[in-house]
Amino acid sequence: MKTNGAEDLFQPNLPRRHRIGRWGLILFQISTLVGIVVLTALVLNVLNRTFGYVAMTYQVPPEALSINGIPVERLHPLDLAYLLRQHLPPDLLARLESEGPLEQRDRRELLDLLTTKVMRPKVLETWTLAQSLFCRQAIQTRVARLYPDARLVFRSWLTPEFLTRPQSSRPEFAGVRTAVLGSLWVVAITIAFAFPIGVGTAIYLEEYAKGKDTWVNRIIQTNINNLAGVPSIIYGILGLAIFVRALAPLTSGAIFGLVPEGATANGRTILSAGLTLGLLILPIIIINSQEAIRAVPKSLRLASYALGATQWQTIWHHVLPSAMPGILTGTILAMSRAIGETAPLIVVGASTFITVDPTGPFSKFTTLPIQIYQWTARPQDVFRHLAAAAIIVLLVMLLALNATAIILRNRYAKRRG
Amino acid sequence: MPVPTPTPAEDDIAARLRSRPRRFEAFIRWTLFLAAALSIFTTIGIVYELGRESLNFFTRQLWEDTNKQLAAAVGPTDTVLPVTRSGAALHPDDTIRVEEEVMRVLAVEPTALTVARGQQGTPATAHAAGLDIYRGTRVSLVEFFTGTQWAPQIGKFGMLPLLNATLIVTAIAMIVALPLGLGIAIYLSEYASDRARRLLKPTLEILAGVPTVVYGYFALTLVTPLLRAIFGKDVVEVYNMASAGIVIGILVIPLVSSMSEDALSAVPQSLRHAAYALGATKLETALQVVVPAAFSGIAAAFIVAISRAIGETMIVALAAGAGPNFTFNPFEAAETITGHIVRISSGDLSYDSIDYNSIFALGLVLFFMTLTLNIISQRVVRKFRQVYD
Repeated sequence: MKTNGAEDLFQPNLPRRHRIGRWGLILFQISTLVGIVVLTALVLNVLNRTFGYVAMTYQVPPEALSINGIPVERLHPLDLAYLLRQHLPPDLLARLESEGPLEQRDRRELLDLLTTKVMRPKVLETWTLAQSLFCRQAIQTRVARLYPDARLVFRSWLTPEFLTRPQSSRPEFAGVRTAVLGSLWVVAITIAFAFPIGVGTAIYLEEYAKGKDTWVNRIIQTNINNLAGVPSIIYGILGLAIFVRALAPLTSGAIFGLVPEGATANGRTILSAGLTLGLLILPIIIINSQEAIRAVPKSLRLASYALGATQWQTIWHHVLPSAMPGILTGTILAMSRAIGETAPLIVVGASTFITVDPTGPFSKFTTLPIQIYQWTARPQDVFRHLAAAAIIVLLVMLLALNATAIILRNRYAKRRG
Repeated sequence: MPVPTPTPAEDDIAARLRSRPRRFEAFIRWTLFLAAALSIFTTIGIVYELGRESLNFFTRQLWEDTNKQLAAAVGPTDTVLPVTRSGAALHPDDTIRVEEEVMRVLAVEPTALTVARGQQGTPATAHAAGLDIYRGTRVSLVEFFTGTQWAPQIGKFGMLPLLNATLIVTAIAMIVALPLGLGIAIYLSEYASDRARRLLKPTLEILAGVPTVVYGYFALTLVTPLLRAIFGKDVVEVYNMASAGIVIGILVIPLVSSMSEDALSAVPQSLRHAAYALGATKLETALQVVVPAAFSGIAAAFIVAISRAIGETMIVALAAGAGPNFTFNPFEAAETITGHIVRISSGDLSYDSIDYNSIFALGLVLFFMTLTLNIISQRVVRKFRQVYD
């Protein structure tokens, strides 16, 4: 049966509505494409500055240090030590010798010493990878015109020396060793503090407080949800007031008598940083652990109770092992967040310039994101390259961490069947 | 049937089962409760510390140079001070300071002040001619919230420039993040095939996991030069709010899209099928049926995104500029609340300076702004959520 009026109204409009529908789909696809494009742009931008041409001069060129035509990079450690003795000023030589005889040092260390103390390269100008690949002629003419004594080298800013050298004010010698060690120490303390308390809180909220909807338990839960949304810099301010200032005797090590004579006891230590970040990631660990514990089927608990186990025995032997993959995944995600945090640590007082490796929880510190921040904030172009190399180190650390999380999650899931 | 009586052995076991675990259980329970209570102490700590130092900030005595000087030398007991005509006008009950001595003004004439000497425990001493007179002021709440100049060196503590910059950066971020985030969410939940979803969701997770300092680097080294190339080097400054805002928007996209997608997926298929049955196209279903149904979740996502953008620090610290600047031009440099806090605390900070106190006052404002937004987002979810069975 034909209903004429309705079909006449319906049909003509249909193609237009389909066309609008197709445009809508294209718009949504473009939105999604933007996300992918941005991520690619970010990675490419960082890589762009990690490699490139560098115009540099040497105080003593490497060729002058080659022996019998063998370039200095391939010399035997004994030969390197011989070169050092020839070129280093006597007082520096004496100081190095007092730390240990030159001939017994590692080859890489000797080469590094030769580079920083004898060859002393100086960077005059740098170019990005894109410029190096596409404007090579222009760069070469420019260097020939402006820096006649310099040589043009294609180098990667991310080198093994970059990882092992400490911080330095000269961009040619700068490395991220202090920053990476600082990051590792801080994260270790963060996890040591936040993991037990976070998982404990989650166990309490999911096992002991369930069914007892008292006002205390409700407040705790709402409070945790709100704390998860507080900006990280507020935690930094809190850490500054409580851990750095009020608890300075504890966090500086003065209570344990660890402050050397004459130095001021300062709360700006790794311990303060670790505790501050611990408070920051605590809500994340709690919420993730809660979800993991909630996912454990009730039948498991009931079976355990039926066999006569107490509540804690049930939790420790059955619920926790079953929820552990989820808890670990959440913890590792929280760790990634902690490693990348910058603002709270700046407020808590990371050192702006530190060349000594951290030796324990009571040392001054700097972390990798803070190093990246400081290098990026400098106006000279050279430091942008260093920052790019450091960013790659940071991203590799995070990638490794997240890959571990995924592997752990898959392995535990397989075990559980 | 008679109940079998327990043997002595069973009695023994029963007794052991009863006593020891119970005490241990209670101990465990209390330990775990203390762990949970730590979270409450964290909030209490935040509010207490921020509040206490903010109180210091607002009650602290500041000394403002009045540009008036002593016209002649005075002795320790003189109650009338000859002063120059120049400078700010003083009023009775003002507190003034000459050198180390604090005095209270009792009467004002064009060239003389009647004062009460030696106030606030300072000793009354003789003063030479020509010394500067300082007036005591405090940072008032009104000045803090409505003042348009933040210049601690001259005693100006109006936070409007900082708040203004925060809001402009957040607005730009939302212009970027909300359409894109919602678009991605609609695509993922309504259109995307399984393969597309398997490619897209990890990409979004990676975007969400990048540290903010890397985004700041990205803003400074790619977005700013791009903006300067598009709009011209004299229009866009090297540090500007626009590039910080754009990158914060990009940072927040995964947050918006994942929360919105959760909300969209929660809408039951029956609603969509009903719309299709009535002849609606996919776009019409998505926009006119599914999105309104998921409105509460999407609104909550928007509000959480705003809260996140307000609290963002490293991107603005690197790309938006240092130094408060009250402007509506997004291509100019300006400092946000968070950028200011980071800049002040990265320098040498003495614990008793007003700069130290100002961090806490600003932090308190920030805390309440984000807390309010988060509470509103939770209320929105509860109030507008449509329950389907």
